[in-house]
Amino acid sequence: MARTQNSPSDPVTKQRRQVTLYGLTWSMPIVIWQLIFFVFPLIFLFLISFWLVKNYRMVPGFDTINWVKMFSKGYFWDAYWRTLGYAGVATVVTSILAFPCAFALAFKVSPKVRRWALFFLIVPFFTSYLVRAYSWQIFLNDNGIFNTLFALIGLGPFQLLNNFFGTLVGYLTLCLPLVVVLQLTSLANVDRTLIEAAHNLGCGRLRTVFQVIIPLAKIGIILGAVFTFILSFGDFVSPYYLGGSKPPTLSILIIDTTKSGQQWPRAAVVAIVMILTLLTIMFASVAAAYRKRA
Amino acid sequence: MTDIKKDKDRPIKQTTQPDAGRRKILKGAGAVTAASALSVPMILVPPRANAATELNMIAWYGHGEPDMVEEFEAMHNVKIKAKYYAGGDNMLALISQSPPGTYDLILSDGEFVKLLKEAGYIEAMDPNEYNMGDLFDEYAHFDAHWMGDALYSVIVRFGYLGVSFNTEIISHEEASDYNILWDSKLEGKVGHFDWHLPNLGCLSLRDGNDSPSPFDINSSQWSKLQETTLSLKPQVGGYFDYGGTFASLKNGEIYAMCGIGDWITGVVRKDGAPVDSVIPKQGGIQWTESYSVGKGSKKQDLAKEFIRYITSPKGQVRSIQMGAYPGMSPYKSGWTAINEANPEEAKRQRMTFDGPNCIDDLREGRIHFRETPVQQSLEDWNDFWSEYKNA
Repeated sequence: MARTQNSPSDPVTKQRRQVTLYGLTWSMPIVIWQLIFFVFPLIFLFLISFWLVKNYRMVPGFDTINWVKMFSKGYFWDAYWRTLGYAGVATVVTSILAFPCAFALAFKVSPKVRRWALFFLIVPFFTSYLVRAYSWQIFLNDNGIFNTLFALIGLGPFQLLNNFFGTLVGYLTLCLPLVVVLQLTSLANVDRTLIEAAHNLGCGRLRTVFQVIIPLAKIGIILGAVFTFILSFGDFVSPYYLGGSKPPTLSILIIDTTKSGQQWPRAAVVAIVMILTLLTIMFASVAAAYRKRA
Repeated sequence: MTDIKKDKDRPIKQTTQPDAGRRKILKGAGAVTAASALSVPMILVPPRANAATELNMIAWYGHGEPDMVEEFEAMHNVKIKAKYYAGGDNMLALISQSPPGTYDLILSDGEFVKLLKEAGYIEAMDPNEYNMGDLFDEYAHFDAHWMGDALYSVIVRFGYLGVSFNTEIISHEEASDYNILWDSKLEGKVGHFDWHLPNLGCLSLRDGNDSPSPFDINSSQWSKLQETTLSLKPQVGGYFDYGGTFASLKNGEIYAMCGIGDWITGVVRKDGAPVDSVIPKQGGIQWTESYSVGKGSKKQDLAKEFIRYITSPKGQVRSIQMGAYPGMSPYKSGWTAINEANPEEAKRQRMTFDGPNCIDDLREGRIHFRETPVQQSLEDWNDFWSEYKNA
């Protein structure tokens, strides 16, 4: 009985402890990194949300006025729900658009084509996102390339810029290649024999996709969706330069708050609300991704 | 030393004679190497006496670019190091976060000079050291720059803000009334430069708040201004920073904007876009830029020299045509110089002595100085602007 409880002198326990120390040693850099660049700044961000601004200078203190002020402003909540909605729509649209592409690359093309496709999916990240977003203006403005083409067939001009459509184009530019890659990684690892088994058992093609392939690739699909949500929720470039800041999102509200009056403490309140929202959504999504089937 | 002298006097070919010993060759090579080693740092490091002095400036973008400072840098063997800001609040924050004396030169909008002085960031200046006698009367004693009898800033340039518009869609006559912004043909095509002060100032003028100032309004006028501004919302196509304002006017996405002026359209026009700016009949807003000497600066003499340079005819010609954005000269000699150097630009910016000119607008009382709100707090205006953007 004593042996089954694994006493400290037990060789198995000793080995486990060694493994734990070994693992800890290897994981220390990421722990240190997270402490320095995430946990400590987050604590600092939380602290300055209680500071005050006097003569354009932050004065350390403890006053809840910034939280009260921001939470009592209608425009803060408008921006919050709007940002949540924008990111939600971007997540759904990006995931839906990415899936057929990832599916085709995983199951329908040769490995050589897949490699080239991966290369071209990564290439856009070589260029600054801001430059890519700005270049969309040439395509989307009233006299831009798209409206010129529409005019040739007697359509338009359509308002493609300075609205949610423009913002969504920006979000897709930022997220779509990444989501395709994440979905592709998961789809490529789906066990082909299970797909064949489904077919052999009379499961139709579409049903196989929804009941076999998607559940098996759900980790990549959910991770792709989570990344889209996170990137869109905090993005400033698309809603500002393609959406015309009309109406503004939380990231624009942060800029507005700091720009006039240097209200960094109030901007910190907005930032903390954003971080808490993202953490909640991320934990829920990851839990869903790794949940075993009942 | 004797050996070296001997070697020096000896013909070169002798050192390459077969009878020259290996030791001698090595000795010569060693001397060359040592000489090289000693001389290389002398070549790489410029002599101390010729090192350029650094003059630190904090300014709007463009003021520290070569087109503005290269001549002064060459004249005084100085390197101007500019830190750019975007807005007066940003400027105050940057200065407050830096040790005293960091900035030798501080370029500020007129309305922020008082705040700079109150915060103790700038030195008092001796008016006799500058070209004050050359200023037009309207700027000779510019209130925003004087605190009592002390001068704290010397004006460099100014400009007007009104309505900027696409000339293919809107005529000059139409643009000369702020009410054009509510015209049905501009639905979704009115833009805003994303700063509440000039926008609300112009819309306050539209409401008739021109006396004493569009920024000095009581609570009922403030309520009316909010109502007026909110009613413009359906017309609004977007809120832009400098780059976005530039792009939206250039690509025809936006047809009209209020609260900006030639400082934007002057640059867009150079790119061939059909845009222009006017001061509507209800009046316009004035911006000014001026230099102060930073408190605690260790190069005050050089900073003063730069201010004298940029307010001189040569400096004013550069300032009027500044690449980033143009600005008008408040100096008579600046007008004379630009009329000689670039008469077209002088005419375009209405800096001509014969006929109506830009100073006439001031004399007619059509232009109001841009200032922070007098009866409301800056936070009230800023909060409302955020509400408006979210409406």
